[in-house]
Amino acid sequence: MSAPVIVATDLVKTYKQTAAVDGISFEVAPGESFGLLGPNGAGKSTTMRMVGAVSTRTSGHLSILGMDPDAHGPEIRSQLGVVPQQDNLDTELVVRDNLIVYGRYFGLPRSHVAQRADELLEFAQLADRKKAKIDDLSGGMKRRLTIARALINDPRILLLDEPTTGLDPQARHILWDRLFRLKEQGTTLVLTTHYMDEAEQLCDRLIVVDKGRIMAEGAPAALIREHSSREVLEVRFGSERNETAAADLAGIGERLEVLPDRVLVYAQDGEAALVEVTRRGLEPITSLVRRSSLEDVFLRLTGRSLIE
Amino acid sequence: MTSVIPPRAAVRADPAKSRRYGAWYVVEHKLRAVRAYFWTMLVTAFGTPFLYLFAFGVGLASLVVDSQGDEFVDGVGYLQFVAPALIVNAAVLVAAEEYMFGMLLGFKWNAIFIGMNSAPLTGRQIIDGMFLFVAIRAAFTAGIYFAAVALFGGVISPWSVLVVPIAMLTAFAFSPVAAWSATITEDRGQFNIVNRLIIMPLSLFSGTVFPLSQLPVFLQWIGWISPIWHGSELSRQFSYGPTEPIWLSVIHVLFLLALAIVGWRLTVHFSVKRLDR
Amino acid sequence: MTTAATYRAAQRRDTGGVRALYSGNARAVLGRGLLATRSTNWWIVLTGVFEPIFFLLSLGLGLGGLIGTVTDSAGNDIPYAAFIAPALLAVSAMNGAIYDSTWNVFFKMHFGKLYQGMLATRLGPLDVALGEISLALLRGAAYGVTFLLVMQALGLNLAWTALLALPAILVIAFGFASLGMGITSYLKTFQQMEVIPLVLLPMFLLSATFFPITVYPETVQWFIMALPLWHGVELVRGLTTGALSVAMLGHLAYYLVMIAVGLIFTTRRLRALFLD
Repeated sequence: MSAPVIVATDLVKTYKQTAAVDGISFEVAPGESFGLLGPNGAGKSTTMRMVGAVSTRTSGHLSILGMDPDAHGPEIRSQLGVVPQQDNLDTELVVRDNLIVYGRYFGLPRSHVAQRADELLEFAQLADRKKAKIDDLSGGMKRRLTIARALINDPRILLLDEPTTGLDPQARHILWDRLFRLKEQGTTLVLTTHYMDEAEQLCDRLIVVDKGRIMAEGAPAALIREHSSREVLEVRFGSERNETAAADLAGIGERLEVLPDRVLVYAQDGEAALVEVTRRGLEPITSLVRRSSLEDVFLRLTGRSLIE
Repeated sequence: MTSVIPPRAAVRADPAKSRRYGAWYVVEHKLRAVRAYFWTMLVTAFGTPFLYLFAFGVGLASLVVDSQGDEFVDGVGYLQFVAPALIVNAAVLVAAEEYMFGMLLGFKWNAIFIGMNSAPLTGRQIIDGMFLFVAIRAAFTAGIYFAAVALFGGVISPWSVLVVPIAMLTAFAFSPVAAWSATITEDRGQFNIVNRLIIMPLSLFSGTVFPLSQLPVFLQWIGWISPIWHGSELSRQFSYGPTEPIWLSVIHVLFLLALAIVGWRLTVHFSVKRLDR
Repeated sequence: MTTAATYRAAQRRDTGGVRALYSGNARAVLGRGLLATRSTNWWIVLTGVFEPIFFLLSLGLGLGGLIGTVTDSAGNDIPYAAFIAPALLAVSAMNGAIYDSTWNVFFKMHFGKLYQGMLATRLGPLDVALGEISLALLRGAAYGVTFLLVMQALGLNLAWTALLALPAILVIAFGFASLGMGITSYLKTFQQMEVIPLVLLPMFLLSATFFPITVYPETVQWFIMALPLWHGVELVRGLTTGALSVAMLGHLAYYLVMIAVGLIFTTRRLRALFLD
């Protein structure tokens, strides 16, 4: 395996006594698609800014493309593409000009940037919006434009901070498709998300982060295997009765999790578990058998839901 | 429609270029953004000097001449007297706009600084670029104003063209305002207050349309600490002077330079700190 | 919903006309404005008082010494400070009204989306227009009283009729606010808003504010006399200097027409924008 493009060891970022990132270590291999999964305020964005070489670390070691961001910020950033959590497109410029001015920051010649901008607008399905004002674009279009902008310098690593938060399902799928193509082409992707399905779709490997620390690390499927059962049975008895019903469910499946609105039964075979529930004379209002997901992993590790 | 990713380009990003020309890329960006405001900016740049020169250089001048005679102050006509100060004022106004709205626009409303910084540009380059842009706007404004003064017959010495760089220097002397803007996170109308309580009084009590000595002493001090007074007096020396000892002119230059450098350093300092979250 | 309210709501739907535009509750809009001012930007409102005072001190003292006296349009020689003070009063009425009815309204319309919310209730567009304008007038009145007191202290009110300058500046503010709000409803971008100062600046500099318009050639004079601010300046100046004339009735009439046109225009626009 070739040398990792990102190496972080005991990374710490402290803001006035509080540690936003509290000793995180990970490595990202070239061409890999790496995810940071965690709830809001877990320290994902702070980690991303440090990896993006715009935020100075408080302590720890960090190497991006073999360089220390403290000394070589501009050199590192010239090989990164950054999609921030909030689009920071220039609303005073039309769509195409946004790409052009951004490309110029990388020391790229005007003619090259102009040609590249047109190619990327095609890629982002915005070719017919070249001269549109930013304010007239939908949320999904702005996101795609921001991604196109991040690709203007042919980055070796693309950093995406919650790329699909706030988008409708259709816009998310278009975006995932574009990201998947980039991954196929060999671009290293580093993304944060609090959507399990997104992490499962896009990431080869991920870390689960909470309160500035890593809770678990591995490929999505492996994490699920390790920290959860194959299937999950969700049963609802009504908010009043969940607690009491849970007592009667004891022994079914491998493990039980009582949430305010439902009870989760972790089992190898969800259908069999449901049969057992009815056999014991319990009548849930609704029941659902599904495959185990990263949400379950997170719940297992922290006792909390990802989206609160 | 093609949905394939364009092949990797042969031309690569060049960090050495970003390091060297970063500030100029910021200027390029700002100039491109000017397009959206081009017409109002052009009308303002050409219209304002004519209006002011017409109002003060012709209208008000006739009142002053009626009571004081032709060459009442500094031995020149009223138009010659007010013109340099009006030019300095105009440059200061456009600069103040950038120092306040341009800065908060970049950090917050339009957040272009954040985008620039996630590309190879450094905080220092972003601020340098903003100041270069201020220099261009101030020069443009002052240059057009100077041409208008010439049309009104207010130019008597070729040296008076130096009012353009002096106006730029005075505009830079207001850069501490930019440093303050770099620390603002919430817009609660502070800019209105600074406009009303700092910039406007500094302009009104700086001997722009009358000699500072006309004011009672308890108001004259405002002029002494006002970059606009220092800039105006300095440009008057070149327009028709000298009317003051050379040491005073040197003080004008030093005062303006000091403010400009301190303001610039502080703006860089606060901006770098703000970007490094 | 009470019977009376149901009845009124039904009646409003049926009759249309003025009832569709006005529910007699401009107070609610004004009340919101005052509350918002108190909780957010009262200190900004406060600093607005200083603007005309700074101008008066600077130009009245600085230029006054150079110019001495000026002949006003009634032919009287008056000290320069007494000449510009009423003009600054009229200008501040204009600026205050324009600020409240343009930028303020622009933000509420495009960013706060405040009016959509208001017009979704029983409030009609005329309630909103009158409410916003009253807010502008209250502010104008507060500035006006302060400035008149400063003038009094500096001995620049030359006659008792200066008292009437207060209602006069309210009329001026009303005129600018009602028209300004209607015009703002057409403006969609910041760039378009930039045009407002381009219109105000020439009025401010040339409307007999700092010198009589007799210094201009006749054609320029006619042009200035067509602009609203000149009428305001002449009206207030007549009152504070005591040089009353029949022409002042003409100035007043100019503003009454402006108010009527502005209100009709603004109400129609708000209706077209939010209700139709």
